[in-house]
Amino acid sequence: MTDLAQADGTHTNGASVPVPVTTRKDWSSDQEVRWCPGCGDYTILAAMQMLLPDLGVRRENTVFLSGIGCAARLPYYMNTYGMHSIHGRAPAIATGLAATRPDLDVWVITGDGDSLSIGGNHLIHALRRNVNITILLFNNQIYGLTKGQYSPTSEMAKVTKSTPFGSLEQPFNPLSLALGAEASFVARSHDMDRKHMTEMFRRAHAHKGSSFVEIYQNCNVFNDGAFEQITGKEHRSEMLIPLVHGEPIRFGAEGEHGVVRGPDGAVEVVSVADVGESALLVHDEHRENPGLAFQLSRLSRGPYEPTPIGVFRDVDRPEYGLEMTRQVDAVIERKGEGDIAALLRSGSSWTVE
Amino acid sequence: MSDTTINEHEPEVLDRVILRFAGDSGDGMQLVGDQFTTISALFGNDLATFPDFPAEIRAPAGTLAGVSAFQVQISDHDILTPGDAPNVLVAMNPAALKANVATLPPGATVIVNVDAFEERNLTKAGYDVNPLTDGSLSAYTVYEIPMTSITTEVSKDAGVKPRDAERSKNFFALGLICWLYTRPVDGTAEWIKSKYEGKFLVMEANLRALKAGYHFGETAELFASSFEVHPATLEPGEYVNITGNTATAWGLIAAAKQSGLPLFLGTYPITPASDILHELSKHKEFGVRTFQAEDEIAGIGAALGAAFGGALGVTTTSGPGADLKAEMMGLGVSLELPLLIINIQRGGPSTGLPTKTEQADLLHAMYGRHGESPLPIVAAKTPSHCFEATIEAVRLAVKYRTPVILLSDGYLANGTEPWRLPDVADLPVIDPDFASGPNHTDEDGNEVFWPYVRDETTLARPWAPPGLAGLEHRIGGLEKADGSGNVSYDGDNHERMTRLRAAKIAGIANDIPPTDVDDEDGHADVLVVGWGSTYGAIAAGVRRVRARGHKVAHAHLVHLNPFPADLGDVLGRYRRVLVPEVNMGQLSRLLRAEYLVDVVSFTQLKGIPFRAASMESAILELIRAEDGGDGRSGAVTSSVGGTPVDGTVPADGKVYP
Ligand SMILES: Cc1ncc(C[n+]2csc(CCOP(=O)(O)OP(=O)(O)O)c2C)c(N)n1
Ligand code: SF4
Ligand SMILES: [Mg+2]
Repeated sequence: MTDLAQADGTHTNGASVPVPVTTRKDWSSDQEVRWCPGCGDYTILAAMQMLLPDLGVRRENTVFLSGIGCAARLPYYMNTYGMHSIHGRAPAIATGLAATRPDLDVWVITGDGDSLSIGGNHLIHALRRNVNITILLFNNQIYGLTKGQYSPTSEMAKVTKSTPFGSLEQPFNPLSLALGAEASFVARSHDMDRKHMTEMFRRAHAHKGSSFVEIYQNCNVFNDGAFEQITGKEHRSEMLIPLVHGEPIRFGAEGEHGVVRGPDGAVEVVSVADVGESALLVHDEHRENPGLAFQLSRLSRGPYEPTPIGVFRDVDRPEYGLEMTRQVDAVIERKGEGDIAALLRSGSSWTVE
Repeated sequence: MSDTTINEHEPEVLDRVILRFAGDSGDGMQLVGDQFTTISALFGNDLATFPDFPAEIRAPAGTLAGVSAFQVQISDHDILTPGDAPNVLVAMNPAALKANVATLPPGATVIVNVDAFEERNLTKAGYDVNPLTDGSLSAYTVYEIPMTSITTEVSKDAGVKPRDAERSKNFFALGLICWLYTRPVDGTAEWIKSKYEGKFLVMEANLRALKAGYHFGETAELFASSFEVHPATLEPGEYVNITGNTATAWGLIAAAKQSGLPLFLGTYPITPASDILHELSKHKEFGVRTFQAEDEIAGIGAALGAAFGGALGVTTTSGPGADLKAEMMGLGVSLELPLLIINIQRGGPSTGLPTKTEQADLLHAMYGRHGESPLPIVAAKTPSHCFEATIEAVRLAVKYRTPVILLSDGYLANGTEPWRLPDVADLPVIDPDFASGPNHTDEDGNEVFWPYVRDETTLARPWAPPGLAGLEHRIGGLEKADGSGNVSYDGDNHERMTRLRAAKIAGIANDIPPTDVDDEDGHADVLVVGWGSTYGAIAAGVRRVRARGHKVAHAHLVHLNPFPADLGDVLGRYRRVLVPEVNMGQLSRLLRAEYLVDVVSFTQLKGIPFRAASMESAILELIRAEDGGDGRSGAVTSSVGGTPVDGTVPADGKVYP
């Protein structure tokens, strides 16, 4: 199996064998899933396990990496290669893996504390470098595993175990942060809509480079109903704004609401009847300038106002691991494969008879 | 000074000489020191160097804080250190003189750039009166040479502005020293031409300064004679002059080649480790991937990720960076993946002394992680030994599926010595021995892959990078069930796994050479045990003690965890054991704890290596105490926290509180 260790990082095993037909069961490990009953993580896991048979990928070439938190337990439940690492560092570990093994599908599973608190630095740099990894952020706006402290996405004034008088901190907007960190693929979904999640995961997986998906996830034990006002079945049509590439941005049971650019350039929600259909903003995922995507990411101030979901941005940028491989290949092409004996003599050497 | 000139004399032959080039950080002292070293190496001398520079890139010009020095010892026989006290000091300004004069033995030669000895510079250096005129240098032979004026003068008609021309005065000094020690400047002239290609004026000014320095020696009739240090009779072979950091980088490339593993370095710049990154990033033709991470945690994290993927994952760091890596090392211990952590130790705590050497991270390497978290530790002992030590560390990491810490330090990192190149065919072959299929039959009779089934002899687990169907598995930092690797919170299992991890590392003792003891006839009473960069000073001290007719043994440990299997017996064979370290006695503690031997700790923390002279007197003191039947304890006063017993001034003349 030394082919794994080829300097170009490509792995040839099974390349000629067609990808086997699999079902959800093939992608599920034999480990008992141990989230609290009713936790949103279950539906995310299910969406993932149901999507993978569809993607035409191999289990042996798929890796799930995670940090620490409830969300981060997911790799144990996938019948693939996986690593449950340490708090916040999965994007860094994934960078080393993806940079040396461009043949692998690398998924990073993380929570809001894991990726935005302790691991904030690694997240932004992985996005900036455009490492070929797919990052799924399970945002439950709380620290689940440590039993209910506020997180960097918790709303201001939130009362938790560690903030009995209310949190004093301005939360992060994960999508704004990702866009500011030069992310080339940014999307949002929620745990109440498996179909939408599946679609977002599929798109994120297809994207070359770093993909970032925020998933609103209900922690029914420590932050129950955090997203209920927008993701509850009866609220969705009024509160979720589906972003569809090339389509005017509109929502509501009858499509009666829409999004326009206001006179000051900011985006805002309007009544279509008031402005006319042609005034609506047409969504463009591929816009080079992330400004509009950034504005859309801030259209709602929290999960109690109409909130866009879908793909905010999907642009092509050089992919880190590939570029690294290219540099190595180019140097080998130019200089030939390195020779140790020659390396040792590359300074001034002299001979003692 | 004499009125005879060189022309009437054959050069005087010396067996060795210690030179120290000292000037402002901006004066290019490291550069000319390097050049002189290269010239001498090619000439065939044995040598050892010690660059000694401040942490600031350009501390205020002319101040003591800004003094940068380069010491080199050249000899006609095999030597072990850059020398204790310089025979010749080149001082480019008053501060350089002041910072170094205290290290000079009486009779030493001092060559000063007299142009720099004007009031402003004297004041900046803290001289109330000019030391050149107040008689304070009467113990030395002082040559006052107007280096700045001659250098600017010779470049005048080349169109070089005086201010620019002045910057070439380091080459004047080099030319002069080359004349004084009878070595050619042609090589340096060629080097200048290629280095400053395209910058004609700089090239010209440097060339002219170099030649002017050389001719000045020849014609100025200042020096009684020139000197010659004949080539050393070194073992036949091909040699290069190498720093520890370059040897480490090359060791990594060689280990990757010898294992067939692609090399991945994840790191964050930090003195004195950065040069390993610089060197490796030049060598992509070996398939080397270097990753300058956002911080040290990401550096080691990426290396661990690469190791998970089947690469040779390496991270390099120093001081504060080593602290940041602790949690990821613990994960590596739990995951049982090969990983190499290279710590180029520097003075601590905190930012400490970034450019100065220390050996104070041994206990950190040993114990600096939470939980029972053992890992092997290997230490390099000389600059060139870094090559071999690196390959050994990789061998252990790969074979035992474990993070390994390789300890080097600032002195080894930047110091140089001639290295007889090994035959590439003799380098050890490292077998990654990747898992290739199922290794367990489950309850239902299915052939499955279990990530924590261990090899019976090594206790190592299989390394199964992603890519092979049927070997999919999950690993993590949570405790794992013995064998299956599934998460387990069972107490008995945790105890078993903890003991297994410890036994795996302890078992490495059977896979490393026994203690290498240098004891001429086996009759010494005193054994000196060292580790790391103290090798040269201890070995030199031992030679001196033997030259005085005493017996003493020396063992230098390369493996610090586990220790060689016979170390306890070796220690038991001697009446006294002296343990010199550039720390507060860290190896001493380990030896005492492990073997209940009352070793004598001898320590120094000045940011510089031990001197052979202080080693000599420490050993002698112990031998005398032993001969005097002094009993077994308290013989050497300089124990933990002490200063060198001979009370010598450190080589750079500075006092580190
Ligand atoms: C270095 C370190 N610090 C703290 C912890 C404790 N810890 C574990 S998970 C966690 C927060 C997890 O929150 P989040 O990432 O939002 O994940 P969730 O549990 O909500 O899915 C903390 C603080 C840890 N495991 N490691
Ligand atoms: S604590 Fe919250 S996030 Fe964690 S498993 Fe329970 S419900 Fe899910
Ligand atoms: Mg959370």
